[in-house]
Amino acid sequence: MQLGRVVGNVVCTIKSDPLEGKKLLVVQPLDKQGKDTGKPLIAIDCVGAGAGETIYWCRGREASMPWYPEQEVPTEAAIVGIVDEVHLG
Amino acid sequence: MILARVVGTVVATRKDPRLEGKKLLVVKPIDPSGKDEAGYLIAVDTVSAGFREKVICVSGSSARMAGGCKDCPVDTAIVGIVDSVEIS
Repeated sequence: MQLGRVVGNVVCTIKSDPLEGKKLLVVQPLDKQGKDTGKPLIAIDCVGAGAGETIYWCRGREASMPWYPEQEVPTEAAIVGIVDEVHLG
Repeated sequence: MILARVVGTVVATRKDPRLEGKKLLVVKPIDPSGKDEAGYLIAVDTVSAGFREKVICVSGSSARMAGGCKDCPVDTAIVGIVDSVEIS
């Protein structure tokens, strides 16, 4: 999993059936210091994250696990938590 | 998932039988402001996207979860047609 910041949202009327009713957000990946790193991507939100919030997200097939096995959601990025604090030792 | 724009089509007569009847499109990754990024991808279209449309592409093994792609040799699928992207 990686840290990221929600920087926007995407609106899609026509989409794959399992994506119906799911919130698509634009996420900017962050490094551990909170600085932007890499390119923004689209992730499905499953925790109610909002614009500007620091979140953690997972990539790969595991990103569809929050809805598994009820639904097979075609996504390779999902927001799975909202970050309160990060402490670096 | 990434944003991309449809820039072409691919026609293939000889292909894996599980790809028969699937529309293959050439897509170019774009950033949230709509600017082209490097490279291109061949993606299976599951939402009837058209030329120059902005779409959402899912890659990797998750692409097989897109409609009609179960157990198919697919690693990129178009799963949504983008109406708008808001950047705050």
